[in-house]
Amino acid sequence: MTLLIVLALTFVAVGGTAVVLTGDPGRQAVLLSVYGVLLTVLFLVLQAPDVALSQVAIGSAVVPLMVLLAVRAVRSVRERRR
Amino acid sequence: MSWYPYCVAGWLVLAGIFGVVRSRDLIHTVICVSIAQSGTYVLLLSIGYQSGASAPIFGSSTPPSAPVVDPVVQAMALTDIVVSATVTALLLALVVQVAKRHGTIVPDELRALRG
Amino acid sequence: MSRRARLVVFAIGGVALAIVFGFAFARMPHFGATHHPYRDLSVAFAVLRQSANAVSAVNFDQRGFDTLGEETILLASVLGAVILLRPSDSERARTPKDTGPVLSLTRLVGYVLLPVTLIIGADVVAHGQLTPGGGFQGGVVLATGLHLLYITGSYQALRRLRPLAWYEYGEAIGMGAVVVLGVSGLIAGAGFLANVLPLGTMGQLYSSGTVGVFSVAVGAEVASGVVVLLAQFLEQDIAITQGKNE
Repeated sequence: MTLLIVLALTFVAVGGTAVVLTGDPGRQAVLLSVYGVLLTVLFLVLQAPDVALSQVAIGSAVVPLMVLLAVRAVRSVRERRR
Repeated sequence: MSWYPYCVAGWLVLAGIFGVVRSRDLIHTVICVSIAQSGTYVLLLSIGYQSGASAPIFGSSTPPSAPVVDPVVQAMALTDIVVSATVTALLLALVVQVAKRHGTIVPDELRALRG
Repeated sequence: MSRRARLVVFAIGGVALAIVFGFAFARMPHFGATHHPYRDLSVAFAVLRQSANAVSAVNFDQRGFDTLGEETILLASVLGAVILLRPSDSERARTPKDTGPVLSLTRLVGYVLLPVTLIIGADVVAHGQLTPGGGFQGGVVLATGLHLLYITGSYQALRRLRPLAWYEYGEAIGMGAVVVLGVSGLIAGAGFLANVLPLGTMGQLYSSGTVGVFSVAVGAEVASGVVVLLAQFLEQDIAITQGKNE
């Protein structure tokens, strides 16, 4: 087990904990994007380029975009009801 | 130290579930489910890894007889990542509908779901 | 259940789960071990089928039926999101105005990168049997590349390049193409989704038979599906307004 793998795993664990402990979904979306990049690095170090390609496209672009759009939609729904 | 990757995977799953339990916002809940799913990807890829082996793509640098890591778990992880993103989208669409119908996305305030 | 009770139940359950994990991890093979029976079987079969990318061979050749199932899950989730985010009776769609000022540098980068990203996405899909890539990854790259138009500030331009009906047809065509491929395997007498095309040589663009065709069909379906999905969220956010206040 090389140092690179240990470092990548530690960063992923810390990143995941940070995403879970953040309360505001808007901030979580940005942290989720960073977490996606950390996971991509881990997958590359574990010799899985296909999975890394899939993760970087989905976890850094598609999912945070949808989360931010959902946050905005919910906020506008709540403002309209007021 | 060979149990460290498995422990990180288990930690991510438990952290995701902890986020779901403790959440005050349904969108936060959906994101924590996504974190728990990423724990399973780490577990799958750690099971398939072999020290000193290379990626399962054969070319000029990797002849078919060279040692490679396990492609079966990689195939499972990669389709799972794409498909679970769309399931996350479905959950987010549900959250938006809940906001429209009940005006709130705080789980403790959603009285209509009480038994 | 009150919040405190929930946390107590989670504490008990979480500790139990962690103990079960501990027992399981103690008995698993060590990280980095050399004993991988599935890998030996799968790689041997992929080499036999002239596939340079063993992961694509597993996805589209050896476990093709599971990929068909995953595609169906994707289709169903997109359908569910479309139904849930449809404008309800008290909402109506309006034509959105363009957004405020966007840096000209952002606009330039967006317009330059749009064709580049689309070509890269098509390349990733087409070379699924040779390099890391395939239908799933390439489809997502294509779909997100299209939305660079949205980032350059012009939602109207994105809407013009994204007539939604075409993408819904694209999803259906992608899914149908996989089923037709499977049935053609049946007709050739080898089994559903069997690899019935000539195999070619490993490393050339045409190799490993139906893997390339399957990959392109999946790429079309995933790209169209993700575009339709993002369109629902964007329309919800930008183009739907309340008819009257509730």
